[in-house]
Amino acid sequence: MSELDTFREEARAWIRENAPKSLWGTRGSGPFEGYWGGSKDTESDPDVLAWRDRGIQKGWTAPSWPKRYGGGGLSVAHEQIIHEELKAIGVPRPIAGQGLAMFGPVLLEYGNDEQRAEHLPKIVRGEVRWCQGYSEPNAGSDLANLQLKAERDGDDFVLNGQKVWTSHAHLSDWIYCLARTNPNAPKKQMGISVLLADLNTPGITVRRIDLISGYSPFCETFFDDVRVPAKNLLGELDNGWGIAKAILGHERSSIGRSIARQPGSAQREVVARARKHLGVEDGPIPDPLLRDEIACLGMLEEAFHLTLARIEQRAESGTPGPEGSIVKIVGSELKQKRFELGMKVAGIQGLGWEGPGFDQDDLEYTRDWLRSRATTIEGGSSEIQKNIVSKRVLGLPEGKK
Amino acid sequence: MTGHTTPSLLFNDEQKLLSKTAHEFVQRRAPVARLRAFRDGKDEVGFSRELWSEMADLGWLGLQIPQEHGGLGLGFFDLCILLEETGRELMPEPFVSTLLLGAQALLLGGTEAQKKALLSGISAGEKLVSLAYEERGSRDLHRVETVARPCEDGFEITGEKIQVLDGHLADAIIVSAATGGGAPTLFLIDAGAKGLTTTRQVRIDGQGAAILRFEGVTVPLDSMVGELGKGTALLQLVFDRAAIGLAAHMLGASEQAFADTLAYLKEREQFDAPIGSFQALQHRAVALYVEIALLRSVVLAGARVIDQQPEEVPRFAALAKGLASETFLHVAKEAIQMHGGIGMTDEHDIGLYIKRAQATYVTFGEPSQHRRRWAELNGY
Repeated sequence: MSELDTFREEARAWIRENAPKSLWGTRGSGPFEGYWGGSKDTESDPDVLAWRDRGIQKGWTAPSWPKRYGGGGLSVAHEQIIHEELKAIGVPRPIAGQGLAMFGPVLLEYGNDEQRAEHLPKIVRGEVRWCQGYSEPNAGSDLANLQLKAERDGDDFVLNGQKVWTSHAHLSDWIYCLARTNPNAPKKQMGISVLLADLNTPGITVRRIDLISGYSPFCETFFDDVRVPAKNLLGELDNGWGIAKAILGHERSSIGRSIARQPGSAQREVVARARKHLGVEDGPIPDPLLRDEIACLGMLEEAFHLTLARIEQRAESGTPGPEGSIVKIVGSELKQKRFELGMKVAGIQGLGWEGPGFDQDDLEYTRDWLRSRATTIEGGSSEIQKNIVSKRVLGLPEGKK
Repeated sequence: MTGHTTPSLLFNDEQKLLSKTAHEFVQRRAPVARLRAFRDGKDEVGFSRELWSEMADLGWLGLQIPQEHGGLGLGFFDLCILLEETGRELMPEPFVSTLLLGAQALLLGGTEAQKKALLSGISAGEKLVSLAYEERGSRDLHRVETVARPCEDGFEITGEKIQVLDGHLADAIIVSAATGGGAPTLFLIDAGAKGLTTTRQVRIDGQGAAILRFEGVTVPLDSMVGELGKGTALLQLVFDRAAIGLAAHMLGASEQAFADTLAYLKEREQFDAPIGSFQALQHRAVALYVEIALLRSVVLAGARVIDQQPEEVPRFAALAKGLASETFLHVAKEAIQMHGGIGMTDEHDIGLYIKRAQATYVTFGEPSQHRRRWAELNGY
């Protein structure tokens, strides 16, 4: 038996012994599913908190991070095994969220010793929750057009401007953001730096944004003469674009993976809704065209999971390559198709916004369907992903802009 | 996957070598332009017997045939690696008729004597075996008009099969015919049997085929392949394997048509720029790339499942063949569109791909049939 096989057995045994039974089968093991932590978190379920604490103690909230920061000191392959074993019984990671999935890996790679020692242990223990300050009103797909101004003044940078789509900013403690430190750089990708800011700093205002679904994790974050200590510069001054792209790489592959859920679950969900709303308890779905559409979805879902598995089997390093873009393109389409079909089979029962005549599941499903329209936009729109694959994978020449 | 045990989708070192060797051999020796030459020369055979022999010498025809029958005794996965490469250049050699239908029918249902008589010959490239199952106007495996009536010492077969792949060249033919009560049984027949006439057919895709007319062809009892009246189940097992093998061929063909198109997008200039710099074409090219990446995953998984998880074969056959049909045809259509006018000319190779795409689309079940089966297997 190989060392990894032995580890899989150990991981399986430990997880099954330590994950509280109430969490089994509750969700996938995606990087954004489950408890996020942070000082503003209000989680009170003792099982969730116990699972968090056992994960922390074991070093398995960040299995592949160095032990000195509270990680597990394991390889990416070992980490993968842990996540597979969680997925197998539908238990979330002990702690999820952006700090672990996106910011941490970049801090490990680009941060200095002092920054790592200050921030990583708090992420590993779920004490500090991070959010991302990337997009701005005039910097969406054209992210390099960002204008948040950061001017050096003594030992501080002074920030002025606005970020938008800062997910969960209202629940977060810190923000990592892209700022323009040199407005006179010859190219707009130059002169950008990554700065880390405590959201309690005077001058920062966070405002929620409602989406068409009626709720959302998104916020706008305003910076008004916000003083950020110069030691909170991540990486080199004016050279943050490379870091920004590395974080986006993690984001893409994370979004794709977080969509993945349990293999077969999208098909099961739509079939269950079809049975409920068409009143057919078992046997074939009576409408053959509808059944064909569900089968298309089921096949796409299976192909997507097999492709994820193939990418994972092939990946020798933990750095997501351009295949992260493929994962995001397909994963987001899959999610939208799933909700579209789930809505189609519900007919007029899918039209409820609130109140009588609709059950809770249907009301939530409709909101989730509306929310799903964002998956092909957030984290780099599908069109941007296709530009990336076109250039970096297919080697097609850059077009005139 | 159900059960979360995703099979390995990677090649080991030997498989990497097989893939590379086969790739180089096919690119060097079997360019797709041969299809035009066979067609225009009205070649009697329709493929190269010399090349077939050479591939036998390399051990490729017996990759998955057990060693006791002259093969290498490797897996179906290894066979699919070869089929992907031969698919790249749409090779018209009898991979489907003999390796995917004839050999699999013998392996799954043949008697020891039948296997002994034919499998080593198949491995050696000396014997071709066809499966005669298509009939006029029938798309249902369960409905067979050809009949086998009991007679002295065996059966007497009467009926007609159409588009029997390589039926004009086969040394032996496995035919489905209705026995008592209409349930089909498979029989192994020598190509020289009395009462059997063969008429060559010419298809768009360069794959050799023939009409086989059976007029009171008598066969002995021991010519049955599998059990009496159990032909449908056996055929289904054969088609499941063949569907996955054909999907590997279609994967290779899609890859090559896409690679040729990508090269053209980089080289062809209009409006003073390579047309591949236009976003309208770039995004469509990416869509094809993504579809092919998904297809590769399901083909590899399907091939693995044949070797390792037999109970999952029906689901994966439906998945692999369903997706392969849609993807290959989509790639072939887009390939012509992106080549523009030159893609419509007989002189250019890219047009050959859409013909094979259509032929494979309707072979071993159309995608809608596979989706229906997928739905049934998934309980809806």
